Amino acid sequence: MNTEHYLTLSALLFTIGATGVLVRRNAIVVFMSVELMLNATNLAFVSFSRAHGQLDGQVAAFFVMVVAAAEVVVGLAIIVAIFRSRRSASVDDASLLKY
Amino acid sequence: MSPLALSGTPLASGEAGVPVVPTAVDGVFSLLWLVVALPALGALVLLVGGRRTDRWGHLLGCAMPIGSFLLALVMFVQLLGRDHEDRQVAQTLWTWLDVGDYTVQMGLLFDPLSALFVLLITGVGSLIHIYSVGYMAHDDRRRRFFGYLNLFVTAMLVLVLADDYLAVFLGWEGVGLASYLLIGFWAHKDSAATAANKAFVVNRVGDLGMSLAVMLMVATFGTSSFVGVSAGMPETSEAVATVLGLLLLLAACGKSAQVPLQSWLLDAMEGPTPVSALIHAATMVTAGVYLVVRSNFVYELAPVAQTAVVIVGLVTLLVGAVIGCAKDDIKKALAGSTMSQIGYMMLAAGIGPAGYAFAIFHLLTHGFFKANMFLGAGSVMHATNDDVDMRHYGALRKAAPITFATFAFGYLAIIGFPGFSGFFSKDHIIEAAFGENWVYGVGALLGAGITAFYMTRVMLMTFFGERRWRPDVHPHESPAVMTTPLVVLAAGSLVGGVLILGDWIVEWLEPVVGPEEHHELFVPAIVLTGLIVLTVLAGVAVAWSRYGPSQTIADTAPTRVSAATRAARADLYGDALNEAVFMRPGQKLTAALVYVDDVLIDGTVNALAALVGGTSGTARRLQTGFVRSYALTMLGGALLAIAATLAVTLS
Repeated sequence: MNTEHYLTLSALLFTIGATGVLVRRNAIVVFMSVELMLNATNLAFVSFSRAHGQLDGQVAAFFVMVVAAAEVVVGLAIIVAIFRSRRSASVDDASLLKY
Repeated sequence: MSPLALSGTPLASGEAGVPVVPTAVDGVFSLLWLVVALPALGALVLLVGGRRTDRWGHLLGCAMPIGSFLLALVMFVQLLGRDHEDRQVAQTLWTWLDVGDYTVQMGLLFDPLSALFVLLITGVGSLIHIYSVGYMAHDDRRRRFFGYLNLFVTAMLVLVLADDYLAVFLGWEGVGLASYLLIGFWAHKDSAATAANKAFVVNRVGDLGMSLAVMLMVATFGTSSFVGVSAGMPETSEAVATVLGLLLLLAACGKSAQVPLQSWLLDAMEGPTPVSALIHAATMVTAGVYLVVRSNFVYELAPVAQTAVVIVGLVTLLVGAVIGCAKDDIKKALAGSTMSQIGYMMLAAGIGPAGYAFAIFHLLTHGFFKANMFLGAGSVMHATNDDVDMRHYGALRKAAPITFATFAFGYLAIIGFPGFSGFFSKDHIIEAAFGENWVYGVGALLGAGITAFYMTRVMLMTFFGERRWRPDVHPHESPAVMTTPLVVLAAGSLVGGVLILGDWIVEWLEPVVGPEEHHELFVPAIVLTGLIVLTVLAGVAVAWSRYGPSQTIADTAPTRVSAATRAARADLYGDALNEAVFMRPGQKLTAALVYVDDVLIDGTVNALAALVGGTSGTARRLQTGFVRSYALTMLGGALLAIAATLAVTLS
């Protein structure tokens, strides 16, 4: 098994996710892109864990999953609340907290 | 010796003044503290007690100084029975300050000099308290007035009984405070409020001299007690003595309204008349004379300072007399006269051992006759609805016979009519002045002539001539509570001269100021006395010819008058001088400093604030509120961090 392939896939997924966060306006899509980045790192964790024969990376991956699940709960709730009050899911519209 | 001691050779101890060497109190003297404590208690009860003391406050206010007077009288008699060298007793009350090596004891010193002052203050003070019961009867703040009067008596007693210059300073400031409160007692009048402030500010200038003098004493001798300073003086240089003498003179000028700090006294007449009598005639304004005589051990070593005292006294006695000639306000005429008479005392005190006793003698007789005349003026004002303009008086002798008779006693005393107290005291001062220097003598003689002129003018315009009363004025005699003190003071004005019988006062003061040095005159004393009486008569004659019963006195002051009269009416331009020399340049300096503050200091601070504000205003524009731009920043930062890590690892 070649770890490099997995790592390359992980890097590709992370880049796609990061680009999505930066270029998309829709909050839901941004959110999905964030999930993509998280899972890309999970893949990297698991790959390294496998390569080194240690379980630490897998444990870390579980942590990330748990945190991501919690984050989804909070984040989606916020997005729904904003959508209800502003009738918009665009992250650029939610820009009141500024100078 | 401290670093402040200036260079110069110490003088031989033979020329020094008399050192203060008191013995501890015993017997009745151990109650000395009570003399001060009684009026202090009165002031406390009246001022803290508030309105519940309104009904009996004035009675308590009178009782306290009377109690002090009786106590002081007993002590005075005790002191009379002692030997000369045993006549200084001191009582240490408590340790006032205790700072390392420097301690100040709060103590009282009862010696022939302070004994006379205590009797004058409590005696004349009591009479004026009694008079005030009637004078202030219709004032609904009478209780407060008595509280202030008691406060004044307390402070004045501290001033004359203290055995340390620092404690004298305490009393000095205390009488200043009481004077301020009482001049401004009717502060609802703008003129009274302004006069109180003026008195306070001018006195500050003099107080500066006093505090600097105390500092110099502590720096030079390590103490400011009379005992320490008088013992240390002979070892010190003449320069230190001169500086000390001049600083004390500055203090005396402020408190005693001597040129150049004379301007406040005339305005101080805004206070109730008993205040003018007690504070601004009989007691407080003589504190400067007390200070000079008490500090004889300083002045004896400082001939320059002594000459300065004489010149101040001489100038003031003439300036005050000239001002007194031009005033139509009876109280201001008397105030000018007070300045002038204190000028006589300063002149005598500056002459040295030949004059100390006579300065105090004149101070005592003046305390009687001037208090008498001020209270008489108050009685006249009482009769004429508080009118002070002498042009609205005239022919009051029938309407107020007791006031007239008592005022006449004061009048005869002040002009120096033979037999009256003022005759003896002024005669001795003029004689001593001639003995020192004929210029001093001629000045003092001239002053006596002018005194006779303006006092005769006051007398004639008030009690003689035509009735010039306002239509709604119905003059009447004052009640007995006011006339009784007048009668007592008039008696004092008449018989005060007995103090000089057999040179009693000179011998009495010997333990404090040393024996009198008598200078031989170029003419026999009796000739000089004749000359003085002739001068006085000339002054009276001139006044009679201009203001006598056969002359009509204009209802308003004539405006077409000589330059000299105009100058005298304007207080010889004392206020104008102060304004031109101190006030306007002071205001300009303040304006300049405010400008510097506005432009330079505020400018710098404001510019710094504007710089920070402007920069942050620009910088905060980075916070756009767009989540995606923050994300890009984070990504950029992360990439930078990774790049840096790689660069370090790979290199």
